[in-house]
Amino acid sequence: MTTAPRPRAATASVPAGVPTTLTQGSGTSGGIGESTLRPDGVLKVTGEFAYSSDMWHEDMLWGHTLRSTVAHAEIRSIDIGEALATPGVHAVLTYEDLPAATKNYGLEIQDTPALAHGKVRHHGEPVALVAADHPETARRAAAKIRIDYAELPLVTDEASATAPGAVLVHEGRTDHHIAHVPHPNIVHRQPVVRGDADAAARRADVVVTGDYVFGMQDQAFLGPESGLAVPSEDGGVELYVATQWLHSDLRQIAPVLGLPEDKVRMTLSGVGGAFGGREDLSMQIHACLLALRTGKPVKMVYNRFESFFGHVHRHPARLHYEHGATKDGKLTHMKCRIVLDGGAYASASPAVVGNAASLAVGPYAVDDVAIEAIALYSNNPPCGAMRGFGAVQACFAYEAQMDKLAAALDMHPVELRRLNAMEQGTLLPTGQRVDSPAPVAELLRRVKARPLPPERQWLSADAEGSSVDVRALPGGLSNTTHGEGVVRGVGYAVGLKNVGFSEGFDDYSTARVRMEVVGGEPVATVHTAMAEVGQGGVTVHAQIARTELGVSQVTIQPADTRVGSAGSTSASRQTYVTGGAVKHSCEAVRERVLEIGRRRFGTCHPAWATAELLLEGGKVVTDGGEVLASLAEVLQDEAVDIELEWRHRPTEPFDLRTGQGNGHVQYSFAAHRAVVEVDTELGLVKVVELACAQDVGKALNPLSVEGQIQGGTTQGLGIAVMEEIIVDPKTAKVRNPSFTDYLIPTILDTPAIPVDVLELADDHAPYGLRGIGEAPTLSSTPAVLAAIRNATGLELDRTPVRPEHITGA
Amino acid sequence: MRVNVTVNGREQQVDDVWEGESLLYVLRERMGLPGSKNACEQGECGSCTVRLDGVPVCSCLVAAGQAEGREVVTVEGLADYARHRESAHPGAGCATRSCAAGATAGAPGDGQSAEAGELSPVQQAFVDAGAVQCGFCTPGLLVAADELLESHPSPSDQDIREALSGNLCRCTGYEKILDAVRLAAARQEEAAR
Repeated sequence: MTTAPRPRAATASVPAGVPTTLTQGSGTSGGIGESTLRPDGVLKVTGEFAYSSDMWHEDMLWGHTLRSTVAHAEIRSIDIGEALATPGVHAVLTYEDLPAATKNYGLEIQDTPALAHGKVRHHGEPVALVAADHPETARRAAAKIRIDYAELPLVTDEASATAPGAVLVHEGRTDHHIAHVPHPNIVHRQPVVRGDADAAARRADVVVTGDYVFGMQDQAFLGPESGLAVPSEDGGVELYVATQWLHSDLRQIAPVLGLPEDKVRMTLSGVGGAFGGREDLSMQIHACLLALRTGKPVKMVYNRFESFFGHVHRHPARLHYEHGATKDGKLTHMKCRIVLDGGAYASASPAVVGNAASLAVGPYAVDDVAIEAIALYSNNPPCGAMRGFGAVQACFAYEAQMDKLAAALDMHPVELRRLNAMEQGTLLPTGQRVDSPAPVAELLRRVKARPLPPERQWLSADAEGSSVDVRALPGGLSNTTHGEGVVRGVGYAVGLKNVGFSEGFDDYSTARVRMEVVGGEPVATVHTAMAEVGQGGVTVHAQIARTELGVSQVTIQPADTRVGSAGSTSASRQTYVTGGAVKHSCEAVRERVLEIGRRRFGTCHPAWATAELLLEGGKVVTDGGEVLASLAEVLQDEAVDIELEWRHRPTEPFDLRTGQGNGHVQYSFAAHRAVVEVDTELGLVKVVELACAQDVGKALNPLSVEGQIQGGTTQGLGIAVMEEIIVDPKTAKVRNPSFTDYLIPTILDTPAIPVDVLELADDHAPYGLRGIGEAPTLSSTPAVLAAIRNATGLELDRTPVRPEHITGA
Repeated sequence: MRVNVTVNGREQQVDDVWEGESLLYVLRERMGLPGSKNACEQGECGSCTVRLDGVPVCSCLVAAGQAEGREVVTVEGLADYARHRESAHPGAGCATRSCAAGATAGAPGDGQSAEAGELSPVQQAFVDAGAVQCGFCTPGLLVAADELLESHPSPSDQDIREALSGNLCRCTGYEKILDAVRLAAARQEEAAR
């Protein structure tokens, strides 16, 4: 028998307090366009960087969540007696303990209970909370909570969701989508209709159809959901947490806690990746509830198993597509139906539907389209935001279709795409004109023109002739093949992603910029609520401030809710929007600095009044390069401090019947060429190379740009060949919530990813930049699939491709 | 129970350790060394990699008691460890810290190599090559990469891939990590000349 765990020893030599300052770091050089190094890089390589799971407070407790073991059930009773009596336990909370009238939260539809009440709707739903003095004590106490479930019939797919008499996942819906959906188990439906697809189909010489299945992917960020809630003396709470949008969290947390927003003070702690999985709340409300109940700081850290239940996943999808073309390869029409499974709660499903529908045709010009996208409510795990956000699923299908069409026309797949490639000025199916460069054909040309990696790279010459390096073969060190039965294939794909939040969303950001003289040197301080999740926004903000203000010293303040909202770190939007806000605020600071300069020195030199003035190298200079004064002389002991909001041009909602509307802000394009080698005997795939070409408008930090493209490409590779959350269709239970069973690419699975960056400025965006992070995740999956099809001659209409799909076993 | 363990060259005595606690938990929660990360606690991701008597291990899979009387190096001690290694093996490189700093001074993008000399060559290379994004996998990768370069000063790409195959990274696509290890190897070679 093991003895009960005891609390952390009081004698241990540990740092006191909450290490929130250890997330920013410093740097002193690099304007936009330079590969400035991350300011937090040194902290991250020395282990000092304070991630949310590293938070610590004297006298803190550990929180734990008890989760549903069934997917759909009525909760008849919850008995917490034994758990509460466990030594070391300070609190056990259920739905009954929620303090306010508001008991649900949600990004758009408030349908997610903070703790299950009455019923559970998916496997892993939070039901009760425990706070104890040791994490193991909390886990063991939670295991003593007895819940009596009466299981209910399951909704697991479109057929069971819309069957006559189907159980409703949410009875009595009152959200604003309910009036427009054909069934209450459909969260949202968006048609997009332009031209007359049926009439156009009659002009087609060739028509191809396909049914595609897209598996459920997980963000699998490495830093688990975690944070620390510290009760404050005024009855409020301080929350240190890893999230993608502090203010969105705040808006959802405060009502459930029954507190005004100013009593919930949030600070971003170090974020170990996000990829959309931190848009929704996880442990935020739970930790705060436990802290407020016990009066003690409470830390919660999910383990990997719980993390798979703690965040939404990428929507699995079923897609039916029809494309037609004339014999010379011009598209006549496209029809499609996209069914996304949103799982038990709405999360971002409505917006994912809007994206899937409006981007369903991809980066191609076709006048006559009939598109429908829906998201289901089901008892499967909730799905929401993940890198690519609805556009990924569509891209997988339309790119498979383009290959099928090329084969039917006996054309090269790149040639067919080139013939139909969208250009600047092309209309989207929503009727919106693409009013910035759209170099689709050029991106494809670039990946195609790249020399192919040498064949049979696993063969190397040695003294006896040749030897095989099995590490370079499918199966690797498992030694499953020495090259016999290995065939090579090459595949291409290109994708179209919107940047920023669409459909009329007020997608603004806020930045506070301060300039003052410290130790004789001008120093700028940038304060935003932007979540740095690894993307490098903190680097870019400092680069923008250096460029706009001509200083080398830039301090980036920790992100928190003491400054206005920055919006979400998602939709490839932060460099555009918060970067735009930083630029905007810097411009206002610059004007104020010049005003001060004119006041102090305007009479000394006529250029103060007449010339175009710049801030460069710590000085005020004319556009002719003449130095007028140093910033230290201008500012003296005065500080300029300005906080401003910044908006990109507005968008509008899609018409609910036709899908027409200027719904998107900006577009991002990437193309991939995949080279694979497949062991046809065992069905094992080795991706040899995955080359990418992407237009980034302007590379503010080329090193980060490459990192984003390579990372996004690898996540797309993961979808193609290995990543899938397996949900048992009979029980709706998740079968593989661990890194043992849910596979993400390792360094052995990931090939060389050469990147070719185009910089065609979008005149509507700050510096001409384009959002980058998501586009590479779109096209990498279909490129790998195309390459496997090319190697094997198989149809392969689902992702991920598993060995049995290749061997037919 | 009480655990005596040398961590990053310092003898530590930790009391009241429950026998079910992992070395990772004791490092992070009892010794205030949160550098080793807790991404899967199942030995699958490598984020918690430390060296136990010189051998890289997943500290989440090591019971705290198993570390009794042994030497642990975490990412927090990596720079010191690298310096110690250089002085302990004078043939392998320069015995002084100035050499490591000198090697990094020749780096591209020099001048922004923050606090050069404070870091071990492999740490500096990760910063310089852009191999750090969210950084959660970084401590484990650094410990694994440092051990690789210690035993294999000029690794091929396949060697690097093999050595780091137990460390998951979700952000970078591994290209910049390969670049970083190649850079560290090249600098190490340069310094040895």
